[in-house]
Amino acid sequence: MTQTIAEIKNPALSIRDLSIAYDKNYAVKNVTVDIKKNTVTAIMGPSGCGKSTLLRALNRMHELYENITTEGKVLLHEENIYDMSTIKLRRQMGMVFQRPNPFPTMSIFDNVIAGYKLNGNSLKKKEKDEIVERSLRDVALWDEVKDSLHKKGTFLSGGQQQRLCIARALAFGPEIILMDEPTSALDPIATSKVEDLLVKLKEHYTIILVTHNMSQAARISDYSLFMYLGELVEYGKTKNMFTNPKDPRTEQYLTGKFG
Amino acid sequence: MVFSLVGGAIPSFKAFGLKFIVSGDWDPTEGREVYGALPFIAGTLLTSFAALLISLPLSFSTSLFLGEYYKGTRVARILGMLVDLLAGIPSIVYGLWGFYVLRPLMIDLGFGGQGFGIFTASLILAIMIIPYATSLSNEIIAMVPNDLKEAAYSLGATRLEVIQTVTIPTARSGIVAGYILSFGRALGETMAVTMLIGNTNRVPDSFFGTGNTMASVIANQFGEADGLKLSSLIAIGLLLFLITGIVNGVGKLIIKKMT
Ligand SMILES: Nc1ncnc2c1ncn2[C@@H]1O[C@H](COP(=O)(O)OP(=O)(O)OP(=O)(O)O)[C@@H](O)[C@H]1O
Ligand SMILES: [Mg+2]
Repeated sequence: MTQTIAEIKNPALSIRDLSIAYDKNYAVKNVTVDIKKNTVTAIMGPSGCGKSTLLRALNRMHELYENITTEGKVLLHEENIYDMSTIKLRRQMGMVFQRPNPFPTMSIFDNVIAGYKLNGNSLKKKEKDEIVERSLRDVALWDEVKDSLHKKGTFLSGGQQQRLCIARALAFGPEIILMDEPTSALDPIATSKVEDLLVKLKEHYTIILVTHNMSQAARISDYSLFMYLGELVEYGKTKNMFTNPKDPRTEQYLTGKFG
Repeated sequence: MVFSLVGGAIPSFKAFGLKFIVSGDWDPTEGREVYGALPFIAGTLLTSFAALLISLPLSFSTSLFLGEYYKGTRVARILGMLVDLLAGIPSIVYGLWGFYVLRPLMIDLGFGGQGFGIFTASLILAIMIIPYATSLSNEIIAMVPNDLKEAAYSLGATRLEVIQTVTIPTARSGIVAGYILSFGRALGETMAVTMLIGNTNRVPDSFFGTGNTMASVIANQFGEADGLKLSSLIAIGLLLFLITGIVNGVGKLIIKKMT
């Protein structure tokens, strides 16, 4: 394979020989890559190339399903995530899904602190208020919802719901945020709000973003990872990859030949 | 059908007025004929409600296992098939089983008398609605979107926490509706109940004593009835129709609102 480990010191995450199979059919093959801290790293590639599969391995979502097997290592602070408790791991890896999915039975407020509630952490009212306000401010939603915190989150618009879901993922103070096409269900205005947000958030978090949308990757990502048929084809600074792709398959994809 | 029921019931309502519903006397002796529906209304509501309570723990836990823990596995398929099979057994078969197995058991357990009564009838009703209630709530629980549950897992929740804070609250109104529909089914159940309840036409004085239900009294006495008695039986039929109609309507409405 190609030289896929860009020179990255102190990576936020080191993926080593990671392979993932659905019923023995490999969807991700031997991926090795280091993710740089405080960047937006985009995972690109044509539909079905394994982007979501790779992303979901990073917070061990696959373990909810019996037919999925994972091989290889992922190091977070030099510790293999597959040797940690899933609870500890998932608190350090927030996840945002393709479709906004606030908990429909909970208010906006409860959605934001759902992570604490789910883990049975009891907080004082003041602490809760602080966390909710900080998290909602982080996603630029506070001014829009501060007067309706106790309404159901599902009453918000799609874009607001997605920002609420990002707030929910941030509330716990994770280091890394995994996002699987977080804007694909949103209109252009909501999309650009979320994109602005991601650029701002990378100051404090490391963001790994699956996207179908090349111009989105070009706009907001610092590093890009191009996958094809389960393999990592090319990895490097987004600028370099878009101006000077090394692999012919990357070039074909970027020029719209497939995908 | 409603018209002919109403038409047939008119003489009885004329003779007894509203007292028909609240009176506990049922005396066919010629010359001083009195008919009141209360014993049967009470018997019907009592047996159905008790059946609902008795069926709840088993059907609810089974549906959780089918719809959540073992969702999509072979265990769930086999158990699900068994549940459907049980739901398809004709009422008379449950009645026979109740008569020859359950009733002697009740005598052995020292519930007194011949083993007939409200409690025995409730038990058989419970056994009959368990498959129905299980498959209804199993369907609803299995309908809870996967991405909601994954969102909770991604926040570090354990399976139990996901069930408590996401699955059950999201499915709650549907589950309630399922039990309302099961209750409606118990209300109209005739054969098995008739064989076990004892068929005494008075307001039951104890949960373990004998009684009668609306459906049973109609089935038992319809053949030999004429005049005012026939009209009173028809009036009971009309009441049963109304009660089940309302109960089922409410159940269906909740389910419709959910989907
Ligand atoms: N639950 C599953 N069971 C079996 N195979 C699966 C499952 N999910 C994905 N796959 C297969 O794994 C491969 C990679 O799928 P994946 O969802 O990771 O692709 P993707 O790059 O995210 O695609 P898209 O851009 O369409 O979201 C595909 O061939 C897909 O058919
Ligand atoms: Mg995908």
